Amino acid sequence: MGTTSVEPGAAAPGPKTNRIGLTVIDYKGGKTTLCAGCGHNAISERIIEAMFEMGVEPEFVIKPSGIGCSSKTPAYFMSRSHSFNAVHGRMPSVATGALLANRKLICIGVSGDGDTASIGIGQFVHLMRRNLPVIYIIEDNGVYGLTKGQFSATADLGSKLKTGVVNDLPPIDTCALAIQLGATLVGRSFSGDKRQLSAMLKAAIAHKGTVMLDVVSPCVTFNDHEGSTKSYKYVKEHEETLQDVSFIPHFEDINVEYDPGSTIQVTMHDGSRLHLRKLEEDYDPTNKIRALTRLTEAHEKGEVLTGLFYVNPEAPNFIEMLNVVDQPLATLPDSVTRPPKEVLDACMEELR
Amino acid sequence: MATSDVVPRESAGGMNKQRIVNDMSIQVATVNGSGSQSSNTVLLRSIFQMGVPVSGKNMFPSNIAGLPTWYTIRANKNGYIGRKKEIDFLVAMNPETATEDTMSLAPGASVLYDEPLALHKLRNDLIFYSVPYDKIVAPVCPEAKLRKLVKNMVYVGVVASLLTIDMAEVEKAIRKQFAKKVKAANLNLAAAQAGFEYAKANLEKRGVFYIERMDKTAGKIIIDGNSAAALGCMFAGCTVVTWYPITPSSSLVETMIEYMKEYRIGPDGKATFAIVQAEDELAAIGMVIGAGWAGARSMTATAGPGISLMSEFAGLAYYVEVPGVIWDIQRVGPSTGLPTRTSQGDILSTAVLSHGDTKHIMLIPCSVEECFTMATDAFNLAEQFQTLVFVMSDLDLGMNNWMSDPFPYPTTPIKRGKVLSKENLDRLGGFARYKDIDGDGIGHRTLPGTPHPAAAYFARGSGHNERAQYSERADDFENNMERLNRKFETARSFVPRPEITKGNNAKIGIIGYGTSHWGITESRDQLRAEYGIETDYLRLRAYPFTREVHEFVEQHEHVYLVEQNRDAQMLSLLKLDLKPELTPRLRSIAHITGLPLDARSITDELTSMEGK
Repeated sequence: MGTTSVEPGAAAPGPKTNRIGLTVIDYKGGKTTLCAGCGHNAISERIIEAMFEMGVEPEFVIKPSGIGCSSKTPAYFMSRSHSFNAVHGRMPSVATGALLANRKLICIGVSGDGDTASIGIGQFVHLMRRNLPVIYIIEDNGVYGLTKGQFSATADLGSKLKTGVVNDLPPIDTCALAIQLGATLVGRSFSGDKRQLSAMLKAAIAHKGTVMLDVVSPCVTFNDHEGSTKSYKYVKEHEETLQDVSFIPHFEDINVEYDPGSTIQVTMHDGSRLHLRKLEEDYDPTNKIRALTRLTEAHEKGEVLTGLFYVNPEAPNFIEMLNVVDQPLATLPDSVTRPPKEVLDACMEELR
Repeated sequence: MATSDVVPRESAGGMNKQRIVNDMSIQVATVNGSGSQSSNTVLLRSIFQMGVPVSGKNMFPSNIAGLPTWYTIRANKNGYIGRKKEIDFLVAMNPETATEDTMSLAPGASVLYDEPLALHKLRNDLIFYSVPYDKIVAPVCPEAKLRKLVKNMVYVGVVASLLTIDMAEVEKAIRKQFAKKVKAANLNLAAAQAGFEYAKANLEKRGVFYIERMDKTAGKIIIDGNSAAALGCMFAGCTVVTWYPITPSSSLVETMIEYMKEYRIGPDGKATFAIVQAEDELAAIGMVIGAGWAGARSMTATAGPGISLMSEFAGLAYYVEVPGVIWDIQRVGPSTGLPTRTSQGDILSTAVLSHGDTKHIMLIPCSVEECFTMATDAFNLAEQFQTLVFVMSDLDLGMNNWMSDPFPYPTTPIKRGKVLSKENLDRLGGFARYKDIDGDGIGHRTLPGTPHPAAAYFARGSGHNERAQYSERADDFENNMERLNRKFETARSFVPRPEITKGNNAKIGIIGYGTSHWGITESRDQLRAEYGIETDYLRLRAYPFTREVHEFVEQHEHVYLVEQNRDAQMLSLLKLDLKPELTPRLRSIAHITGLPLDARSITDELTSMEGK
């Protein structure tokens, strides 16, 4: 600022603000320390944009993460939000606890393929089956970056390391797992697909249950070479996109014309709308069985299938099922959390 | 396996005819899953209702049904309610263990047995009573499939007759036990009465043991430690409970669910708490920490294997400085160990749980009342010190029935520690999460959801500076670790102080903690009465050790540290804390058999070390 000369009398054009009066700067984080060109940085940028455009109050966002390159990224977006960089593979439990304490929080958890599919698979599957209101993002590059390039459990069969080692185990498809176990908004995207990832992140913010987004995010240092199935080149060559995803937030009064023959409209719980222009005929993202079949086909064909695989906007989430009070448990007054003396007297009487 | 570890002596007192009133232990040997728990509780309550101090200890197998189980009731006019080694009256209901149980009794004991077992052939120095249970139970219980359960209530009636327990009290206890099931109450009462009548008509009392009315239980309650802890946590303002079932801690949370559903539902029908069964202990502690970070008073309950699993997360909570309460209902390790037997075996590993330099606050209740009161202490300390607090109970305390004075309504306010609000931040403009402003080592924290642009900080288990920023700088790391140490030192003046009982000019000190207390108390009386040995006694109630512990060691020539583990774990911790010249004064009485520590074992070992 300050280097642009402003003509006297002309109103300075202020930076663009969102519906709660914040600028995109208010959603920025610290400077990234990841490698130049890392797919994770692009994902952080998309998160910043999506949160800004959706007008989310940053003070109500929490950013739990596990351990690994991906789990460092909460430091690089939304400095006005609380972060918790926890232990390896255990972010889901920390996120769960925080949401139990305060149901008003908006949780975006960041994990990686190692943090999720290897050490963290236990907590991952249980998070999915609880349908807790968490946006769970896997920044998926198929390798362990911080320990210098070992395979993770999402590496494809036959994928090759820089050292020439070939992966001879099948990958865990985190999307298929999430759909089967009960997550209610599941998709796969690519860190390089700005438009699709932005639309899916905004849908994620509008959703009230567990969102699981597996974002293929190439590791430029350890897994971007010939023979890798998670390189920029490989993904661009093998990507199959299910739909063209667009998102219309509930607070924007836009009437979009669409052809029901070629586009599916999904109304989210908060009134936002998802428009999914079909690139594949007869794909129905509200059909679990169809979604699982299509994901299995993708593996057989060697496709990197992206798009919104499954959505169920109205399934009750875990916090609703617990039937807790509306205000956060964390800040309930003592008069509510400590029953009166008469209660203790009654309990003692029963034990005499 | 018999649960009495007494070796029959050749020529003990034998059958003297002196009456022994309100001082005996009754052991009922049955099969797990046979429904004997109700009968035993009725027997316990009947004695309690007669005003006689009493305790009940269940020694059960790690099994659903079919393996042997023993229930020991101790009635003692002096109020000794720890385990007594000797069994005075055996109710032998289990064919599988009847012979060994009978063989392990001291001469003069009584045996009540099921007629077909013909135990009277085994020994001639015991008093035998034979009862044909099947014949007695058939007419009172026409429904054949219920007979197995009702049969157990018959022995209650027989025992009542032989030990002169008032049948009116038995009836009252049965009505309480089956409060909501009138039909079951009537059926069980008929069985007890049939047993009573049979004994009156057919058995001649030859034993010396009698129960007579006294007034030492008026106004008292009977409760197990886990239920007391559950109540304590409810009144401590706990809001989030996450847990994974493990013996012997499960009943703590299960009882808490019952209490919370009853008393912590708002007028709108919604819960002012969340209780979640996690997928394992790793998730349980992770949820406790997530909830504590976000401002809840959160807790879990577990046992040794769970504590081991929680190790990594415990270090995270220590270093990130997140509050949480963990109840460790200790059982016998290592490994799976004896899941249904008691120990104090997690002390050393819990004090320093996790890698790196880590230290934790531990509170150690010895009674059901302390399970209740220490719940509030634990939550307050956790939030004041922004750290985990471990409450080290054990199976003996947690799962057995204890009599107690009714619990006092908590007078300690709910303390939430140094939490900055929006208004504080408006005034301050910002804050440094880990800066020691007050000189006590404790920083200020904010909660997620505080509507102020400067409220957020980055909680991380990696190296950090005062502002919670990532740092690998040597000075940042060192300063932070030193501050954490200062915080732990501050805790010494805030944890519950030890309880000190003085003898008469005693040169010998005893230090104990937790349920060892009951054996120690009785042992001190034995030492005085039988050997003329005076002792002072300090009961630890917390770690880190307070000033009084050091002073106590300085004041005594010998200090015996009594505990229920093999490796003298608390003694080892104390050695780390004491001035080196004082450590030779410490002597260990460390016992672990899986059975609650009894007075006689302490007395024998202490006198032997004193050369008596």
